[in-house]
Amino acid sequence: MSKTKMILGLFDDPDEMMHGIEKLQKNSVPIYDVYTPMPIHGIEDKLGVKESRLGYAAFCFGCLGGSVIFSIVYYTLVHDWPMNIGGKPHFAMPDFVPFTFEWTILWTAFGMVFTFFYATHLFPGRAPRVMDLRATDDRFVIAIDAKGNIPHDDITKILTDAGAVEVKHNERKYVSYE
Amino acid sequence: MSSHSESIIREPLITGKDITYAQITNDVLFPVENKPNKAWWIGFIVACLGASLWLVSISWTFWYGIGEWGLNKTVGWAWDITGFVWWVGIGHAGTLISAVLLLFRQNWRNSINRSAEAMTIFAVICAACYIFGHMGRVWLAYWTLPLPNQYGSLWVNWNSALMMDVFAISTYFSVSLVFWYTGLLPDIASIRDRATGLRRRIYSICSFGWTGSVKTWQRFETVSLILAGISTPLVLSVHTIVSFDFATSLEPGWHTTIFPPYFVAGAIFSGFAMVQTLLLIARKVLGLENYITMFHIESMNKIIILTGSIVGVAYITEFFIAWYSGVEYEQYAFINRSTGPYWWAYWSMMTCNVITPQLFWFKKIRLSIPASWVLSIIVNIGMWFERFVIIVTSLHRDYIPSSWVMFYPTWVDVGIFVGSIGVFFVMFLLFIRVLPSVAMAEVKLLLKTSSEQSKLKLIKEGHLDPEQVEYYKESLTKFDSVELADYDKV
Repeated sequence: MSKTKMILGLFDDPDEMMHGIEKLQKNSVPIYDVYTPMPIHGIEDKLGVKESRLGYAAFCFGCLGGSVIFSIVYYTLVHDWPMNIGGKPHFAMPDFVPFTFEWTILWTAFGMVFTFFYATHLFPGRAPRVMDLRATDDRFVIAIDAKGNIPHDDITKILTDAGAVEVKHNERKYVSYE
Repeated sequence: MSSHSESIIREPLITGKDITYAQITNDVLFPVENKPNKAWWIGFIVACLGASLWLVSISWTFWYGIGEWGLNKTVGWAWDITGFVWWVGIGHAGTLISAVLLLFRQNWRNSINRSAEAMTIFAVICAACYIFGHMGRVWLAYWTLPLPNQYGSLWVNWNSALMMDVFAISTYFSVSLVFWYTGLLPDIASIRDRATGLRRRIYSICSFGWTGSVKTWQRFETVSLILAGISTPLVLSVHTIVSFDFATSLEPGWHTTIFPPYFVAGAIFSGFAMVQTLLLIARKVLGLENYITMFHIESMNKIIILTGSIVGVAYITEFFIAWYSGVEYEQYAFINRSTGPYWWAYWSMMTCNVITPQLFWFKKIRLSIPASWVLSIIVNIGMWFERFVIIVTSLHRDYIPSSWVMFYPTWVDVGIFVGSIGVFFVMFLLFIRVLPSVAMAEVKLLLKTSSEQSKLKLIKEGHLDPEQVEYYKESLTKFDSVELADYDKV
């Protein structure tokens, strides 16, 4: 058996890469992942990636943040130490608005971003799992798991026909490990 | 879709021939991957001198107390709050560019958002220093937080606009930081994949292991959009709340409902002026003329003229309402502003903010780099005077004429202000050395649709309306980075 682990199709043009994905799919070659230096619009639909649910997370964190600060202000200002300021009501809601608003935003932002980091396994110091070093520069890389996908030459041909500038048969999955 | 080409009558956002994705990476990372040039060192040394002045002045303040400032019994707020509002205002343009212009799908933001956001963060740091500075006993800064304590607990005063400020500024700073850093991840990964040795290790840690896979990008875009969506009301709320510091008081000249929108417009005005001041230099020094084009400069000048005019209308409205209100004190506050002992500050403000920016109506001035730069500095000066006028002239003549005074800054006041500019530039200059000053991934997104070369290709293919092509060619004459000779033949 060949020692190839990953077949990488390197494109220098996003549209040709999209064309490559179509061709691979037409030939029933499963795609492992695609690495690009910039977001490619429309690729999610093609690869069947479901819409992100981060918006729901953001909404929940926002509600939580707003409720937390509203409760703190309520507890301190109305319950724990109500102050008589010219006989005005203790529960003066308009004063609560800026705090509630700011913490809604704060918790939305942090909650959502940390959910994003968690869901995509991003954290400081994580070893980058890079298959081709130019994928963050100027190459649009389609990665295909070599195992079970034979013959490899056919895949190479599909990729070259679609306009790949280079096809790599990598024996290591990630080139970034030292 | 990246293959979608936009209308020919739109100006190109990336100029130059033979720009490839690799070329963008090389151009943007050039200052990061190479040794700094002489201009950078000179700038950095001058900025460091400023920062040392700041360090001395602020330490002096902490050691001897705010009695070292020029404040007196009548004028209890002066240069510190002026500086604070000035810096926060400057920060607003960064968020406007990164968030509001994203929501409005203004693609020209893509090449300036990174440095503008960095500017926001550094400006808010400078502003925050003033907040801590004016507390006097800075080690008690945590008293602004609602922490349980041995006095009861005696809680913070939630009815105070200053408390709202604590929440607004801290939220604004941290959300901007998160927004900026998330956007930086793909670009840090680009540096990482080109670097070796220790550099690679450092950037590897900072890149959080970014690879640019489909799912990461998709979620990244969702996160960017939602962050933009929440940053937009946030940025409006921040300067609104800053204006509450004044508007909720009963001081004549402060106690007006026009303050929030007027402050927000002023903030965007001064922020864009600062972006202009920085980028006109940066584009030249860093060789980014193809990415930050004359179109970007003109667009920013247009925003400056718009917000400058809003500010002008606000000044006049304020004056009118003071008269119309029939309140003697209010009327006096404004008459005193414009004709009293601080008339020179008022008219500097009027000239720099309302009159000179109107010069941008002339296309020649709008498209001249030296003129834009000088005018942007004038706006910055004018906006500083605006805050000074609002704060000091409203305070220096209060209800008892026997306590009327003038405000004279001490060297500590001046040192903190001048020094804070040094601190800002130290941070900005370090930023352009270690991080990409243009969001590469976002600029790459524009290459196939909005670059000059792709539009030239479309013209050469010849399926376009000739009238529109003529219009487009005419619009190219303003660019200093376009070879017009290429268009003679086509």
